[in-house]
Amino acid sequence: MAEHARKYPELWQRFTPRQTLVRYSWYMGVIFVAVWSVRNLDIPWFYFLDAHIQAADLAVRMWPPDMDFLGQLYDPLIETIHIATLGTAVTIVLAFPVAFLAARNTTFNSVTWFIGRLILVTSRSVNTVVWGLLFVAIFGPGPMAGIWAIAFRSIGFMGKLTAEAIEEIDQGPVEAIEATGASRLQVLWFGILPQVLPVIYGTTVYRWDINIRESTVLGFVGAGGIGIQLYASINLFSWQEVSLMLIAVFCVVVVSEFVSAIVRQRIT
Amino acid sequence: MTAQTKIQGATPRQWHTIKLIENPYLRYGFLALVVVYFFWSLGTLDIDWHRVDSGMTRAGNMFSRMVPPDFGRWELLVKGLVESVQMALAASFFGMIVAVPLGLCAAVNLVPKPVYLVARTIIVLSRTFHEVIIAIFFVKIFGFGPLAGVLTLIVASASFISKMLAEDIENLPPGQLEAVRATGASFPKLLIYCISPQALPRYLGVSIYRLDANIRHSTVVGIVGAGGIGQVLAASFSRYDYDFSLAILIAIVTIVFVGEFFSTWVRGRLR
Amino acid sequence: MLTVENLTKVYPTGAKALSDVSFLVDEPKVIAIIGPSGAGKSTLIRCVNRLVEPTSGKVLLGDTDVISLNRRGLRKARRRMGMIFQEYNLVERLTVMENVLSGRLGFVGFWRAYRRKFPSDDVAAAFRLLDRVGLEGYHNTRADALSGGERQRVGIARALMQAPDLLLVDEPTASLDPKTSRQIMRLLVELAHEAGTPALVNIHDVALAQTFSDRIIGLAAGEIVFDGSSDQLTADVLTRIYGEEDWSTTIRTDDDNDNGMTEGSDEGKQKGRPEKDQGSIPEASAG
Repeated sequence: MAEHARKYPELWQRFTPRQTLVRYSWYMGVIFVAVWSVRNLDIPWFYFLDAHIQAADLAVRMWPPDMDFLGQLYDPLIETIHIATLGTAVTIVLAFPVAFLAARNTTFNSVTWFIGRLILVTSRSVNTVVWGLLFVAIFGPGPMAGIWAIAFRSIGFMGKLTAEAIEEIDQGPVEAIEATGASRLQVLWFGILPQVLPVIYGTTVYRWDINIRESTVLGFVGAGGIGIQLYASINLFSWQEVSLMLIAVFCVVVVSEFVSAIVRQRIT
Repeated sequence: MTAQTKIQGATPRQWHTIKLIENPYLRYGFLALVVVYFFWSLGTLDIDWHRVDSGMTRAGNMFSRMVPPDFGRWELLVKGLVESVQMALAASFFGMIVAVPLGLCAAVNLVPKPVYLVARTIIVLSRTFHEVIIAIFFVKIFGFGPLAGVLTLIVASASFISKMLAEDIENLPPGQLEAVRATGASFPKLLIYCISPQALPRYLGVSIYRLDANIRHSTVVGIVGAGGIGQVLAASFSRYDYDFSLAILIAIVTIVFVGEFFSTWVRGRLR
Repeated sequence: MLTVENLTKVYPTGAKALSDVSFLVDEPKVIAIIGPSGAGKSTLIRCVNRLVEPTSGKVLLGDTDVISLNRRGLRKARRRMGMIFQEYNLVERLTVMENVLSGRLGFVGFWRAYRRKFPSDDVAAAFRLLDRVGLEGYHNTRADALSGGERQRVGIARALMQAPDLLLVDEPTASLDPKTSRQIMRLLVELAHEAGTPALVNIHDVALAQTFSDRIIGLAAGEIVFDGSSDQLTADVLTRIYGEEDWSTTIRTDDDNDNGMTEGSDEGKQKGRPEKDQGSIPEASAG
């Protein structure tokens, strides 16, 4: 019973005062940065006063969707899907070599590795719509610009994931094939490609579904798809057409997401 | 019959590699379908081949006008960049805050079914529409300028973070919630004592990833007039100031690279 | 202390987990609830503190009608019932001390809980309990660094932190190896007796139930088919609970009677000591 007479500490702190101080200074720092950002943006707060009226007004004008417009929607929607699909197809061809350059274990030397990485970073930093702007200047307005915009943005995404997959492959089979005296290309074809193919399939389908979403807005800069009509209708204040198009876009995006999820599930 | 021929007869003469689609009819059918699709899509697409043909020379022309990049108007450039970064920071901050209640309401194991459905609908709706579409609506409501851009990015960040948060909460072992409830703890205490410690690290990680994504997205909402460097870029393109455009593009790539580096570094330290 | 009357639970799927279960707990004893899987043992325990809402029936904790309580009242009633789980259910990213103190969550305010500033009495009690369950010095270890046996000790300490009127224990040993199971059961029984708290213990191991409990309730298909002292458990009774089988090797005979209360066999001799027999603690870092 001696044990029960023992005196136990009555003080216990989860964090040392120092840890608490550090934590609260983080909170303060984050709030400070947020306040600084908002203050410098010159936000016209009085806009909020009538924002709900504006929003309600917009909602009223959007209802009901203009169903007669449905017939004119079919072609642009198909075009949107084509842009995404063809853009993704082009990406497969372009992203693959870049991925091999950007993977440490398949690149030639540090210069080629750096070039590969630079291409990937550039591709990812520039938004699809900005790429669209660029390609519209080159090819003129239309789906061609859209396809290339999609492709150039997707290279970074797919190239990065593929390069990571290449870096994580099992080196054993590669060594075994090198040991048979195979050429560099043969090693690539028989040792590396089979291991990364599932990743390539998976990311392709995943990116395709993202690209559907991206290609809905490419028309805002003239690069084809339903965005052209959407932008025109918004500028003409034809809100009932806009609401119909939003519903259509919603359906296409949801269906593509669903398809992509099913395909990815079946591949892996 | 000799043993020799017997062995020969028993050895298969053919072999094949493992294909993604085992059935050869299905496989070649699929390939044929792909080919047909390409012809069909290229046929239906309204492509002006003459224009495409001249594209290469135009591209060459454009690039020659882009190089060297013109950093002469760096004040405008820096102003746009700073605005973009501020938009990203503000949007991430408010997105993080909005995402907490939204994420909690979207976790099926915490809230009643109707609340869950409403929260999930909000998340799905705001995730389906591209940022640019959302931006254009905010521009219509709040006018041109960074406010519309910030609000767009808040919507995008909140839906992304809350979706991740909800998934994390749904993946919590149910027993832990049960045990803390069984002590007689109220919902707020359950939140601070069980949900928060278990979900916080990933919530912070996702939020910081979102900051880096917001820096990327803040460059594009400007194209429809929602402020930031995108607005400067769109203006330079429409004025054929290609050397300035290249300067802006280089600046965007740099800032995105820095943002990504920062985000990876912080997320590495969170673990 | 606890009265359960005509407790019935029908799940939305139509499965009837409990039908007309009634029993009375009037003295601080350890009551084992045995029965085959799916007999409703877990449902019974969870209906008492309404982690599962019963379809009909009455649960009286002292004078409190648990079934009719609103949320606030239910939280108050839950403070009086400590619960211990099969999968320990510790909040894994919190430290051992935070987990033990979570037993006091119902008693402290929100901000105290948020800042982890618990009253000094609670802290002292937590340290005493940690020492008692054999985890002295572990207070700043994270729960996910502990082994199964150690986690269950923390689980027991958490339940006892509530200073409960009743312990609800759901399969405390089902995820543990046989040796650790016995140690945990012995610790549990000792602590329940020390605190004078009755305990309802779900357990599927008949031998463990007989060794460590004073009274046994047998459930089969949601109904009580046996309620008596552990010596009354015969092959006939087991057949009623579980169905036809050769029970002669399962039932404890009088030779190895070490009820956890009486000293005599090896098991009994160890009993007086706290669980610091080093047999279980070095299994650390297994999780």
